[in-house]
Amino acid sequence: MKMKTESKPEKRPEMAKQSPSERRSNFEEVALGYNSYEAVAEAKRCLNCKKPPCIEGCPVGVDIPRFIRQIAEEDFDSAALTLKSTNSLPAICGRVCPQETQCEAVCVLGKGGKGDPIAIGGLERFVADYELESGVTAPDLPAPTGRSVAVVGAGPAGLTAAAELAKMGHAVTVFESLHAAGGVLVYGIPEFRLPKSIVAAEVDFIRRLGVDMRMNAVIGKIGTVDELLSRYDAVFLGTGAGLPSFLGIDGENLNGVYSANEFLTRVNLMKAYLFPEFDTPVKKGRRTIVVGGGNVAMDAARCALRLGAGEVTIVYRRGEDELPARAEEVLNAKEEGIIFRLLTNPIRILGDENNWVTGMECINMELCEPDESGRCRPVPVPDTEHTIPADVVVIAIGTSPNPLVSMTTPDLETGRYGTIVADETGATSKPGVFAGGDIVTGSATVISAMGAGKVAAKAIDEYVRGAVRL
Amino acid sequence: MPFTILKKRELVPTIHQVDVAAPRVAEKAMPGQFVILRIDECGERIPLTIADFDAADGTVTLIFQEIGKTTRQLASLGAGDSIADLAGPLGCASSIERFGTVVCVGGGVGIAPIFPIARGLMEAGNKVISIIGARSADILFWEERMEEASSELYVTTDDGTKGHHGFVTDIVQKVIESGEQVDRVIAIGPPVMMRAVAGVTKPFGVKTVVSLNPIMVDGTGMCGACRVLVGGVTKFACVDGPEFDAHEVDFTLLMSRLAMYLPEEKEALDYEAAAEPAV
Ligand SMILES: Cc1cc2nc3c(=O)[nH]c(=O)nc-3n(C[C@H](O)[C@H](O)[C@H](O)COP(=O)(O)OP(=O)(O)OC[C@H]3O[C@@H](n4cnc5c(N)ncnc54)[C@H](O)[C@@H]3O)c2cc1C
Ligand code: SF4
Ligand code: FES
Repeated sequence: MKMKTESKPEKRPEMAKQSPSERRSNFEEVALGYNSYEAVAEAKRCLNCKKPPCIEGCPVGVDIPRFIRQIAEEDFDSAALTLKSTNSLPAICGRVCPQETQCEAVCVLGKGGKGDPIAIGGLERFVADYELESGVTAPDLPAPTGRSVAVVGAGPAGLTAAAELAKMGHAVTVFESLHAAGGVLVYGIPEFRLPKSIVAAEVDFIRRLGVDMRMNAVIGKIGTVDELLSRYDAVFLGTGAGLPSFLGIDGENLNGVYSANEFLTRVNLMKAYLFPEFDTPVKKGRRTIVVGGGNVAMDAARCALRLGAGEVTIVYRRGEDELPARAEEVLNAKEEGIIFRLLTNPIRILGDENNWVTGMECINMELCEPDESGRCRPVPVPDTEHTIPADVVVIAIGTSPNPLVSMTTPDLETGRYGTIVADETGATSKPGVFAGGDIVTGSATVISAMGAGKVAAKAIDEYVRGAVRL
Repeated sequence: MPFTILKKRELVPTIHQVDVAAPRVAEKAMPGQFVILRIDECGERIPLTIADFDAADGTVTLIFQEIGKTTRQLASLGAGDSIADLAGPLGCASSIERFGTVVCVGGGVGIAPIFPIARGLMEAGNKVISIIGARSADILFWEERMEEASSELYVTTDDGTKGHHGFVTDIVQKVIESGEQVDRVIAIGPPVMMRAVAGVTKPFGVKTVVSLNPIMVDGTGMCGACRVLVGGVTKFACVDGPEFDAHEVDFTLLMSRLAMYLPEEKEALDYEAAAEPAV
């Protein structure tokens, strides 16, 4: 039942959201998802292009027009199967992928500014949620190959590698240092953007593929990569970029100053927003400053607001156009009332005699002319020092790879910032050891980590099938 | 997979010992390392130093004092109960070498973690002079164990109910001044005690190591909750420590950071009390 292009609406249905005034005081999901009526209508806008650019825009190559056609045909079960055959974590990706720079950016319908690109992310989420609600069926697995793989880290990279390898018939064991699987998905990204029940359900699906998940297992401490290699045919390292950076300015060890990782881990993984029902506390703050302009900073600021801070300020040293966060998240933050102090740089954090934060001294910045590399460096404007009062400060200026694994694996080549060096198949300098995700690239995205896990799974499959067992 | 408590007893009032079945941790544990545990789904993650471990039995012994909500809850568990999560062994192991003569100081609940270190140092061929102290005789524990793990053992109590009437530092000072060639001092206990020991040994230039116990969350270097200042440089105690050069540690910062959640701790206990049925 093909419709004519011209008759199609140009706009996508707007996804329902909690209103800003309501959501700024709860941790429930902000975006509410499409209902089936909206999803089918949106799916029907798809042109089902012959050479669909959207697939190429997707880092894991989901067959987008196919699953969208299945939605249009109201065959949601098949749509789910299509999605799951290439993407093990669709309910997560539908929510947190930056589709506006990936598949949706290249969608034919969005070209030339005539209309909206298909809401691919929204549709992906719709199908994945439909499947979770109606009960997920684990696919039939091939006969066991007799090969075994150890996966270190249960973030998107590790989980994807594990799922793919299990689907190939290998025995997979995941070692995760925290008590829950998901990596950044459980400790970093807040509940209101990605409900933890969704992550748990997707992780459960991977368990049902036969993957053995061992929590509380810190590799580098409970065992080394070499020990894993003596028990498994190959090892995949997906340990992420979890080491928080600090500014290196005075006052960073004052009480009330957090790394974004600590603040978000307390709030999300440990559920400090439900304190004292949950045991982990977090300083709620009356005035919170978040330093940084990325997604992490937006998440921290929006968490601080929901914890009850009356005033939450983002301090970022460059301008609006340079904010690395997704436009949607910046908009959400603004709608919720978060104050943006752009072109502002912290000089030092101020405290009282009991070591508690009282505020932050900042200086205004301006962007100079771009240099040869095309980048504008922010430079301080003399005599613009000023103080912003605060009782909680969150430093969200980035992370680097955790050295626990590389430190205990001397023959693993590492890069400049402690990343693990891997080729395009994920192979590292150490035979039998593969790596992917933030540990290789530095902080990136959920989907790129998943893509790396997937590519590495293929290479690992070849490797273990070819490997001579000792 | 939950971790089963095999044995549990109250050593002295408010100080408890639990032996937990954790074969993988027990196999790898070294003196000076710690674990992070979480009792249940609602629990917080707290670090406890490994007081003993038995690779053959697959057990890890933890000793803790009832202070906040979590330690009280842990104290209420018994043999057969289990805790949801236990990750370890974390942190760097204590350096166990043949130093010569080592003074091991354990204060209060710090006697527990000093024990495997003293034992290790003895096994490595050191002369181990141990000094253990408590507020009062009735809360002093593991005297016999420490006796076995030491060449000489001194006991102090603040109130004079046992051993030397006074502080562990008095004995540290005495030992050093006695002309004994002390090559190393290692002290574990409340921050005030560790700071005092550092103060005593500094003028003599005796290398002194303390084990720091800041608030932690993950214990793997991921959050920075455990930041301590050592020689003017910020370190993460969970991965860079927990042992540091006592003469370089900023104890004032450590103590103020330890006090960060006192109001919340009280709130948690009040909440707990309100939730319990009145008897
Ligand atoms: C707050 C926040 C918000 C973000 N928002 C988005 C978003 O909206 N969209 C998006 O696409 N991306 C987002 N990102 C980035 C994205 O989450 C990461 O790029 C992605 O999670 C990387 O996946 P990974 O599997 O490589 O690593 P991680 O997710 O970091 O997972 C690594 C896992 O390995 C474990 N581990 C580490 N060391 C060891 C060890 N020695 N032994 C055992 N286990 C170990 C860790 O505990 C962790 O569970 C966000 C990141 C943060 C921090
Ligand atoms: S590019 Fe857009 S219109 Fe074309 S198939 Fe992909 S989603 Fe449909
Ligand atoms: S406890 Fe989180 S970094 Fe040390």
